[in-house]
Amino acid sequence: MKADPAGVLAGAHYLDGDFACGEGAMAAGCRFVGGYPITPSTEVVERMSRRFPMMGGIFIQMEDELASMAAVVGASWTGTKSMTVTSGPGFSLMMENIGLGAMMETPCVVVNVQRGGPSTGLPTMVGQADVMQARWGSHGDYELIALSPQSPQEAFDLTITAFNLSEIYRVPVMFMLDECVGHMTEKVVIPKAEDIEIVPRRLTKKPPGEFFPYRVNGNSVPEFARAGDGYRFHTTGLTHDERGYPVMSADCQEVCVKRLLDKINDNADDIIMLEEEDIDGADVVVIAFGITARVARMGIELAAKKGIKIGFIRMITLWPFPEKRIRELAGKIKAFVVPEINYGQMVLEVERCAGGKAATVSVPHGGGGVHDPDVIRDAIVGAAK
Amino acid sequence: MSVATKERMEVIEEEHPVAPFLRMDRIPHIWCSTCGIGTAVKCYATALEESGVDLDKAAIVSGIGCTGRVAGYMKLDAFHSTHGRAIPFATGLKLGRPELLVTVFSGDGDLSGIGGNHFIHAARRRMDLLVILVNNFIYGMTGGQNAPTTPLTAKSSTMPFGNYEPPFNLPHLAASCGATYVARWTSLHIRRLTKAFKEAIDRKGFRFIEVIAPCSTLYARLNRLGTGFDLMQFYHHSTEIQHGADPAEVDIGFQDKIICGKFVDEDKPMMLDLMHEHYKKTLGDKYVPMPPEGGWLHE
Repeated sequence: MKADPAGVLAGAHYLDGDFACGEGAMAAGCRFVGGYPITPSTEVVERMSRRFPMMGGIFIQMEDELASMAAVVGASWTGTKSMTVTSGPGFSLMMENIGLGAMMETPCVVVNVQRGGPSTGLPTMVGQADVMQARWGSHGDYELIALSPQSPQEAFDLTITAFNLSEIYRVPVMFMLDECVGHMTEKVVIPKAEDIEIVPRRLTKKPPGEFFPYRVNGNSVPEFARAGDGYRFHTTGLTHDERGYPVMSADCQEVCVKRLLDKINDNADDIIMLEEEDIDGADVVVIAFGITARVARMGIELAAKKGIKIGFIRMITLWPFPEKRIRELAGKIKAFVVPEINYGQMVLEVERCAGGKAATVSVPHGGGGVHDPDVIRDAIVGAAK
Repeated sequence: MSVATKERMEVIEEEHPVAPFLRMDRIPHIWCSTCGIGTAVKCYATALEESGVDLDKAAIVSGIGCTGRVAGYMKLDAFHSTHGRAIPFATGLKLGRPELLVTVFSGDGDLSGIGGNHFIHAARRRMDLLVILVNNFIYGMTGGQNAPTTPLTAKSSTMPFGNYEPPFNLPHLAASCGATYVARWTSLHIRRLTKAFKEAIDRKGFRFIEVIAPCSTLYARLNRLGTGFDLMQFYHHSTEIQHGADPAEVDIGFQDKIICGKFVDEDKPMMLDLMHEHYKKTLGDKYVPMPPEGGWLHE
């Protein structure tokens, strides 16, 4: 369906990534935000709390991030599109109810404007060290989706994508900005509402009595019933059967949890977004995301002057990981070079998928700044030897 | 086949009056015999029936623990959330669809221990929630560990020589944070508890009812208080009904008298009313309130 014009500030704007993310959420139909202030993410909710009262949205500043994430999962069960916004320390607290959202299969979006860590780390400065936490942060086995924008324009566009993916697969979607993209100000073009495609909640058409909250009938994602529509359903964070009733058994665990994994893994090709440049004939492929993708382009330009054939993959989707593409390329190239603002997280996935068929070079940065392009150049040159 | 068995077979089976409010396909429940949670559930179901609320618009949220299983047995839109987070989960439900009657039904450890921060803030902002807290004086499901409500000197499995930490006085906590309705009854005060639930369903804001139901398995055994029934009888007989008592004066001591009654009943606007009024005043015609049926997208 088309976006609700009430939430769409159509036109060309000069916005930072945080504001653009907030605008993207409102355009996507988000009408509930529960959050707790934390640098460098707070501008997202400041923007939304100023605009929400004019479009029937509610922002509530919760008492902490545990409560924020719980409120978001609760609000989503009314069908109202819901989001929370945070940074590293808050992201850690949200993990409990991100797991609940995954287990109850609750569409919602969690924005993490990443700063340097661990612990309080570098509150006002950039990091990309929460990308493994986005995948593995809550206990137990589950799959979800994580996206990484490289610009304010993408912060707008991909926030809408994040909401749409959360509705299609009924998962919390992690929207992983970094402080640089969050605080960078650039031109952002917001289309008219009729040009924005929105995925509404897929409500069941079955009458109460015939509806089972987790019956899938061959699909991987069950239909949804909202609270207050007469279905009187039950849902729980416990391992559950198709009625949403707790069942404590290995058999039920297998059915319940395996589908949480399958619904993402089986659709990975549809979910994964990559931007590829000059891959054909490349000896070295650089893989990067977020602000580091923009810095890496400079490193690639510098290295190309030395006559090296360099391909580039920008990961827009971080999770599910583009395993298939990395495996394909591994047999054809010499090396992958992976700069990221952490001490080597996504590079572990690249190395796993390369399976020894191509070298894997980590270009770490501890955070608080971006890479010196010369360092990326030198890593490419070294990898090409 | 003996005569006695034949006679038993002739017993006429009638549906329990609150069966339509329960998920009968999940009965038998997990609670121990003589546990007070069941009677609290019965009182709540009766109050729902007698209040005539639209059950399609009533949602219930529990956290984790013995009382945390209540949502699982109520035939309403029911959410068994995470430990301590029933109140913020319920806050999201209420704000996402303001027309819902949202009840939080959970235990003392869940709501005042791990969830204590959410409890005080929901009361402060006068979130429109009916919060029913069954106080069993202990962490029951995990095996009788000390709780923020364990009376001084009472034994628990992690305070085997007796509790030395002063416990919460929950009505006082709720009232001082801004609750609009505060009452306490034991789970043997069936009639009065049902009436309190009915009254609270009709009120607005943060409504708090504490149901005293000491764990009849672990608290009773660790403190050598006899059977569950002995325990409940003790509390019922030791009750002093003092409506309007100062909540600051209703602490519960070990095997001491217990003050029950309605302590607070105030007609104050709840959070959403305050929000609507404020935005109407400050934003005028530009203000678009969240629709009662929620801010969901539909074709």
